[in-house]
Amino acid sequence: MLTFRNVSKTYADGTRALAGISVEVARGEILALVGGSGCGKTTLLRLAAGLDTASGGTIRLDGEVLDRPHPGVGLVFQEPRLLPWLTIAQNVGFGLADLSAPERVRRVAHALERVGLAEHADRWPRDLSGGQQQRTAIARAFVAQPKVLLLDEPFSALDAVTRQDLHGHLLGLWAETRPTIVLVTHDVGEAAVLADRAVVLRPKPGRIHDIFAIATPRPVDPDANASTTRQLRAALGASLRASG
Amino acid sequence: MAAGLTDTAEADGREAPASGLPLRGDRVGRAVLGLLLPLGLAIGWEIAVRGGLAQGRLVPPPSRVLATLSDLAASGELWLHVQATLVRVASGFVLGAGLGIALGAVTGTLPLARHLLDPAFQALRAVPSLAWVPLFILWLGILETPKVVLIGVGVFFPVYVGVSGAIASVDRKLVEVGRIFRLSKPALARRILLPAVLPATIVALRTGLGLGFLFVVAAELMGASEGLGYLLVDGQQFGKPEQILAAILTFALLGKAADTILVVLTRPLLRWQDVARDIL
Ligand SMILES: Nc1ncnc2c1ncn2[C@@H]1O[C@H](COP(=O)(O)OP(=O)(O)OP(=O)(O)O)[C@@H](O)[C@H]1O
Ligand SMILES: [Mg+2]
Repeated sequence: MLTFRNVSKTYADGTRALAGISVEVARGEILALVGGSGCGKTTLLRLAAGLDTASGGTIRLDGEVLDRPHPGVGLVFQEPRLLPWLTIAQNVGFGLADLSAPERVRRVAHALERVGLAEHADRWPRDLSGGQQQRTAIARAFVAQPKVLLLDEPFSALDAVTRQDLHGHLLGLWAETRPTIVLVTHDVGEAAVLADRAVVLRPKPGRIHDIFAIATPRPVDPDANASTTRQLRAALGASLRASG
Repeated sequence: MAAGLTDTAEADGREAPASGLPLRGDRVGRAVLGLLLPLGLAIGWEIAVRGGLAQGRLVPPPSRVLATLSDLAASGELWLHVQATLVRVASGFVLGAGLGIALGAVTGTLPLARHLLDPAFQALRAVPSLAWVPLFILWLGILETPKVVLIGVGVFFPVYVGVSGAIASVDRKLVEVGRIFRLSKPALARRILLPAVLPATIVALRTGLGLGFLFVVAAELMGASEGLGYLLVDGQQFGKPEQILAAILTFALLGKAADTILVVLTRPLLRWQDVARDIL
């Protein structure tokens, strides 16, 4: 269980990015985090990932306070952030230094297979398309098999078709080890398709506007989700107007 | 053994036509282009002197420079001088580059060391390095030590500045990737910082090597009984411009060769780079 209790963040320059965020994410749940630009989504993930420290409140994983990077928590950044001097396979295996070489090779190969990049294993990041780089980043996070995965708009730079493809990849990966996922997205359709619940944030400072349960079981039929999507979109619109 | 050899030959054969050949042709073309101007000038001068248009006493024609060079080579003298100069450059380079990398790494990674050491180094850097010569001679005599130290000083600063600057400007975003995977400090240095600063370090080393050749001349001008710099002084004192030009030519070739070796040796480390070099 991943719990946020009354989490707030004020940056050194006085920017109030988050105030009083409380939410519990069940084990294996996929929670979507939607909200307008600048409402604190990235900030919240960085706090949970232990890259920044909260100004108030606590984030816990199964009771353990998360205030520094934790082996059970993986993060996919808003940009791919591949290491340009490593091949795709080496990038995916970056967090597996502690494993034996054969085990590492096996896991990396499997993950690359999963995200459809097996034949690109030995290429440099510079030679891959944006979507392929993003898939590499997702594979890099999944392959370490963390209990919690934080995904910061991993699909935002992609066209609708590639996106749908990646939704499939993501759910495929999720089905293997069932990590808890917090998925940040701008796209309410995406939230409705992928998530069990969606948290809508409102900005200045970032607070929870509303939380929606998304009833449809996976794999998801987009049409069946139309009403949830509509509801979410309305809430998102309201949260954007309600700023301040 | 034989099978192994055949294998490599085959592998090479497969690769060459695909990408190697056209590229190589391109490179040859560019080399020819670069030689056009100096060769043209040399040939023009040669013709002018032979045709009696110019005397060529102070500026000897290329044939005379080359003859001097081959005489020096034949007598074995040239190798003596080249060797002396190269040993000095190499020792000074190892000294200066080694210290430059070490101290650059320390000041780049440890704020305390940076605040402590960097201002002093920056102040020392502002001193024109040749100004140290009298002091070095007083302290270290006139034999090899002051020469190597002077070259080391020349190499040190560009390497130090390049390395510490490169470390200070490593992308925070990539360092965070290391933090997310909870790399220890040494692992972070080895797996993120080192590769990230490698390109800038190699550029700094090339600059340092160039300065090493610059400073070896200064060092040898301050008194030496062998070395290419000695050939320069000797040529001036005895009015042998062809010897001076022969020494200059040798300097140029050695400098270029040393730089090329550095580039070729380090190229495999930088294959991953996404640079504009090939499209500009
Ligand atoms: N390092 C920082 N220092 C000061 N303010 C910051 C910093 N990082 C973010 N902010 C501010 O905090 C607020 C939330 O930023 P954050 O990046 O979390 O938004 P976001 O919801 O991820 O936006 P987007 O959808 O555009 O990625 C913004 O107002 C931003 O300007
Ligand atoms: Mg963001």
